[in-house]
Amino acid sequence: MSKTSNQKSTEPANKPTVAVFKFASCDGCQLSLLDAEDELLAIAHHVEIAYFLEARTRTLDGPYDIGLVEGSITTEHDAERIRDIRKQCRYLVTIGACATAGGIQSLRNWADVDEFIQQVYATPQYISTLATSTAIADHVPVDFELRGCPINKDQLVELITALVIGRVPRVPNYSVCVECKRRGTVCVAVAKGISCLGPVTQAGCGAICPAFNRDCFGCYGPQEFVNVTSLTRRYESQGESREHLVRLVRNFNGYAPAFRAASDALEEQSHE
Amino acid sequence: MSVSTIPVGSTVSLQKLRLQGLIDALTNAGYQVIGPQIADGAVVYDELDSLEQLPLGVIDEQDGGRYRLERSNDAGYFDHVVGPHSLKRYLFPPQETLQQLHLKDGHWNVEPTPIHDKPVAVIGARSCDLHAVAIQDRVFLEGPYVDPGYRVRRERLFVVSVQCRRAAATCFCHSMKTGPRASRGFDLSLTELDDSFVIEVGSDQGGQILASVEGWKASSAAIVDQAKEQSVQLERTMKQRADADPAAGTSRPRQLDTHDVHDLLLNNLDHPRWEQVAERCLACANCTMVCPTCFCSSVTEVADLTGEHVRRERTWASCFTAEHSLLNSGVVRNSTKSRYRQWLTHKLATWIDQYDTSGCVGCGRCITWCPVGIDLTEEVAAIRETAS
Ligand code: SF4
Ligand code: SF4
Repeated sequence: MSKTSNQKSTEPANKPTVAVFKFASCDGCQLSLLDAEDELLAIAHHVEIAYFLEARTRTLDGPYDIGLVEGSITTEHDAERIRDIRKQCRYLVTIGACATAGGIQSLRNWADVDEFIQQVYATPQYISTLATSTAIADHVPVDFELRGCPINKDQLVELITALVIGRVPRVPNYSVCVECKRRGTVCVAVAKGISCLGPVTQAGCGAICPAFNRDCFGCYGPQEFVNVTSLTRRYESQGESREHLVRLVRNFNGYAPAFRAASDALEEQSHE
Repeated sequence: MSVSTIPVGSTVSLQKLRLQGLIDALTNAGYQVIGPQIADGAVVYDELDSLEQLPLGVIDEQDGGRYRLERSNDAGYFDHVVGPHSLKRYLFPPQETLQQLHLKDGHWNVEPTPIHDKPVAVIGARSCDLHAVAIQDRVFLEGPYVDPGYRVRRERLFVVSVQCRRAAATCFCHSMKTGPRASRGFDLSLTELDDSFVIEVGSDQGGQILASVEGWKASSAAIVDQAKEQSVQLERTMKQRADADPAAGTSRPRQLDTHDVHDLLLNNLDHPRWEQVAERCLACANCTMVCPTCFCSSVTEVADLTGEHVRRERTWASCFTAEHSLLNSGVVRNSTKSRYRQWLTHKLATWIDQYDTSGCVGCGRCITWCPVGIDLTEEVAAIRETAS
């Protein structure tokens, strides 16, 4: 069955197989999986970790039941690789802002990549890259997106549990404000006039940043019913500069369609 | 004076610093004492051990989407009004484990979760807050389905209310007939005067606790009148302010014309105003979370990887989210317009059909804590102006 594995598994053969793949990313989301220390053994008992280079040298060949994909597509080679991975995975799940929205590296989509290459690399001719950093869903169909920068370990465990049991993962898509209010955090936007992205951002982190008296910067991407225009209009009326708002929205999830449209519109207004 | 109780309906006076004695008496009686205090730029409810934690000399300026604390030389301990928290979180907690289920030999064993929290005594509730609790009582305690957790917490709740002597620009209890003066629903009610508190006894427990506080003395008739007069004065100012020309003040004074509001809203479900407010509304759900009467929750079963151990968790939910109206055929209210309209028509109209009371007590929290300052009094007025 496996070319690369030379050891035989003693676990039951019908365990679902999980494969973890990396594209352009910082590895933080994969680390969240390793960080699930209390649950990791239980997870390994219920699923076969078939391919996870960051955790295990042994690899099993596909096809896989669950493919977790970290990172965005930034090279021609990766664009091909993800098509191959899609064919091998029954469920393909993106993990994190890079895989789901293009990541912080999608800032290049608003700039000139050739210029970056000239400035950064000593031998630019060795660099072969696409002009853009794009989400996995721009290349292949995705079954489920786990948001976050990085993802939340509890949501990851919930996702795996749901797939093992065979139900829909329960991951909220309402705003961060719901989490702030449940934990009793005072709204930094209302009480301090801080331009916070919480109202337009999907929950999942547990509203950490506002609990430390700072703004949400949108790690989980747009919430399901997003109205960035109304929020940025409000912040502008309170004296926030458009430049700051563009930077705020154009962040880890800046290339998610709703955020992208909002920052482009703000920039256009500034040029008027 | 050493007596074991002070009769319900009597009024006594207590020097200001002696209020520490009340906090101590409640603590000694086994209560977790909750009171207003400043945290992260707002007056919130939290555990209270000392009088010094109270926000002495501080007032809150509130307006649509805006809240700021300010120092004020003549402000007492309680001249702030309502903050982002309310009694709701102590009776109907934001997150609660209802049951635990374990699969054993092919059978599910259901274990209810006992209420471990201590009884709560809240100092500082306002008249609107007491009305909000009365509304939630109807939801959770009346009718065929009684909420067991709410009932335990509610029965043990001890309320020390405070008579407001100031109103924020967002307050409109005078319109909703829920204030400013609290006349029932408290164990003890404080009126702050310049150098003392006047305390009215509202229940037997209240009388017993107060009797154990050192330094109380019977109030003179003049002092009792003075305390009452403060509320009368405040109500008069609120009404005048609301009737005044909005151009005269810096922030628009609130009022809500409740006349026939039930039919007004339900006869105008296609009013263009719903579309306009939806352009501003973020569907963020803050309004419902801070509202002291909103009671929606979501119950989820959280299983471990084996699927054999399950916690049944209840969390605050909101009609502004998709999951709230998700049926197997899809999301019923699939636009911000339909969600805002659902919220407002429920709050001010269908709530009356359902519970024989309005769902709004005029506390203004939804106005202040809406990040874009959407104001239900303004929305109702706009619909009224061009109603069909
Ligand atoms: S609807 Fe608004 S003003 Fe009315 S009780 Fe709820 S939060 Fe207070
Ligand atoms: S009315 Fe305000 S607080 Fe309520 S959901 Fe809309 S934007 Fe959020």
